[in-house]
Amino acid sequence: MAPAVGLIGWFVYGFVLWTLYISFTNSKILPKYELWGVGQYVKLWGSRKWLIAVDNLLIFTALFLIFCVVIGIILAIFLDQKIRAEGVLRTIYLYPMALSFIVTGTAWKWILNPTLGIQKMFIDWGFENFTFDWLVNREMAIYTIVIAGVWQSAGFVMALFLAGLRSVEDEIVKAAKIDGANLFTVYWKILLPMMRPVFFTSFVILVHISIKSYDLIVALTQGGPGISTTMPALYMTQTAFHKSQVGLSAASAMMMFMAVAAVIIPYLYSELRRENAR
Amino acid sequence: MKKMLIALIAFAFTSTSSFAGPKIEVLHWWTSGGEAAALKVLKDDFAANGGEWLDMPVTGGGGDAANVALKARIVAGDPPSASQIKGPTIQEYDQEGVVAPYNIDPIAQSEGWDGLLDPMIAAVHKCQNNSGPYCAAPVNIHRIDWMWANKAVFDSNGISVPTSWDELNAAAEKLQAAGIIPFAHGGQAWQDATVFEAVAMGIGGNNYYKNCYVDLKETCLRSETTVKVFDQMRKLQGFTDEGSPGRDWNVATGMVIEGKAGFQIMGDWAKGEFTAAGKVPGVDYYCAATPSNNGYLYNVDSFIFYKTSDPDKQEGQKLLAKLMMGKNFQKVFNLYKGSIPARLDVPMDEFDKCAKTSNSDIKTAGASGGLVPSFAHGMAQGNTMKAALQDVITEHFNSDMSSVDAANALADSVLDNM
Repeated sequence: MAPAVGLIGWFVYGFVLWTLYISFTNSKILPKYELWGVGQYVKLWGSRKWLIAVDNLLIFTALFLIFCVVIGIILAIFLDQKIRAEGVLRTIYLYPMALSFIVTGTAWKWILNPTLGIQKMFIDWGFENFTFDWLVNREMAIYTIVIAGVWQSAGFVMALFLAGLRSVEDEIVKAAKIDGANLFTVYWKILLPMMRPVFFTSFVILVHISIKSYDLIVALTQGGPGISTTMPALYMTQTAFHKSQVGLSAASAMMMFMAVAAVIIPYLYSELRRENAR
Repeated sequence: MKKMLIALIAFAFTSTSSFAGPKIEVLHWWTSGGEAAALKVLKDDFAANGGEWLDMPVTGGGGDAANVALKARIVAGDPPSASQIKGPTIQEYDQEGVVAPYNIDPIAQSEGWDGLLDPMIAAVHKCQNNSGPYCAAPVNIHRIDWMWANKAVFDSNGISVPTSWDELNAAAEKLQAAGIIPFAHGGQAWQDATVFEAVAMGIGGNNYYKNCYVDLKETCLRSETTVKVFDQMRKLQGFTDEGSPGRDWNVATGMVIEGKAGFQIMGDWAKGEFTAAGKVPGVDYYCAATPSNNGYLYNVDSFIFYKTSDPDKQEGQKLLAKLMMGKNFQKVFNLYKGSIPARLDVPMDEFDKCAKTSNSDIKTAGASGGLVPSFAHGMAQGNTMKAALQDVITEHFNSDMSSVDAANALADSVLDNM
């Protein structure tokens, strides 16, 4: 126990504190240790690229969350109907989760590329005017990242909800049916409201995936076209290793850290409070 | 058995620790094909001179991974003896105090590097703000402002190599009308910037380029000329195909080789793709400078030599610097890499037509003030400013931003990062 605590203490919390310290220095190509104040944060929030990254993060997080949860719930409800070959279907839906985001990103990059993928296929089939160029359109490229992200993660949300639905006692459903509730009402009024902890868990997991999302963007768009799909994590690595601005990069890392903390800490707090209440 | 093992281990240790002679540890990312073969020449030379070479190759990301590894080792206080660092970044590392004392300067003096290199390129390799002792050695000169064109495509459409940007636009329109993609381009930030700097030097002229992208003068960046440069970029964007965003440069080169596209604007590493496909310059493809007034955008790969207290390694650094600037390595390495020797006195007989053009053009450009450093490849500016320029250029190229807005955004981005 003790060595593990020591290692985690140093390599996680130690480096968080180190990054915090560096974000208050004027470190350029290598870390420096003289304090410089909040200049890096001022610079960060004055940077167009960072603001674009934050905008993209908000768009991505909102859509990623909504679509993953909605699609996940629909799939879970369908699978919950005691259908044939449920095991096979469940595996198919969950399988994308086994891939790394790099693979997902690369595959979708080919599928969405107008000269290779869907658009070309439709044109070859004779739909001459078919266009689907979101990947190379700077206004729409961020939505292609949502598509790939949802494809990857919706199955996972499905698994969470399926487990949740299965844990509900049969008697409750039967009682509701005797009272004359149809299937829709059973799910909408009774089962889904009981899934509150599952919603909460999905929310926490999906939001922190989206704040940290880096590999998907690198594989799919590399932040392009132009800088239109830059996200905070990509901004952070580019700033540290391509722009030689270690201090500024540390400041952006701290902003991401605070965003994750804002999601995780209330979650941990509510979990701990529930445990104490027992 | 046990005794033998102990003896063997003891022998192994003594045999390494008793080694006294030049020793070098080199961090690099030359691991593929021609580069690895060229590096082997250097390693063999080094061994033939009694040195011991500790190789530290770090592949991935075109040097990104190597840079991360390098920084980690410097922060840990254990830098390698030499690594690939170029342009103004050499000065940045010097300012961090990890280069001095300048172990290779005596070699540079005794070998007379000042006389072998163009003065501008020599200055890049001198520490203490480009005027002190030598602390890095150049291995090659890449030219950036190249246009690679498919000769068959040009010939069958009655196009000759354009000598002005207007001619180039006319040629591209002709190709477009004939249903051929005129401009093979990979829409990645660094490629957009590569094209931009060739356009800037061509349309703005050499002095404009120096004022704007070397000296970063605000009035120059906001000027009418910058607007014209962005106008030309917009035209070029119209000549790309819609699969362009995100494409790798070598895929774009492949489009020219196969005749799917007319031309590409890219540094001379693109030649390697033509050579690998068995194409001959002047017969299958043209290598011509993009239109400019005797301009020459250079990009020099260099090795920097870090501070070390180990006398064996200091000897190793001296030997490596000497061999790196030697005629043999400069010739062999550049034959493989497609660039030209940094030393201007290497006989060019064995090089191809493109390299010969590059070698004679650099001398003309050097004499007429047209030799300018590439900012897209980190020769004119450090990483921070390079990215500041690149971000705006790529944003303009990939959106409908007006040229005036782009020129102002360029100036603002530079001022923000000053």
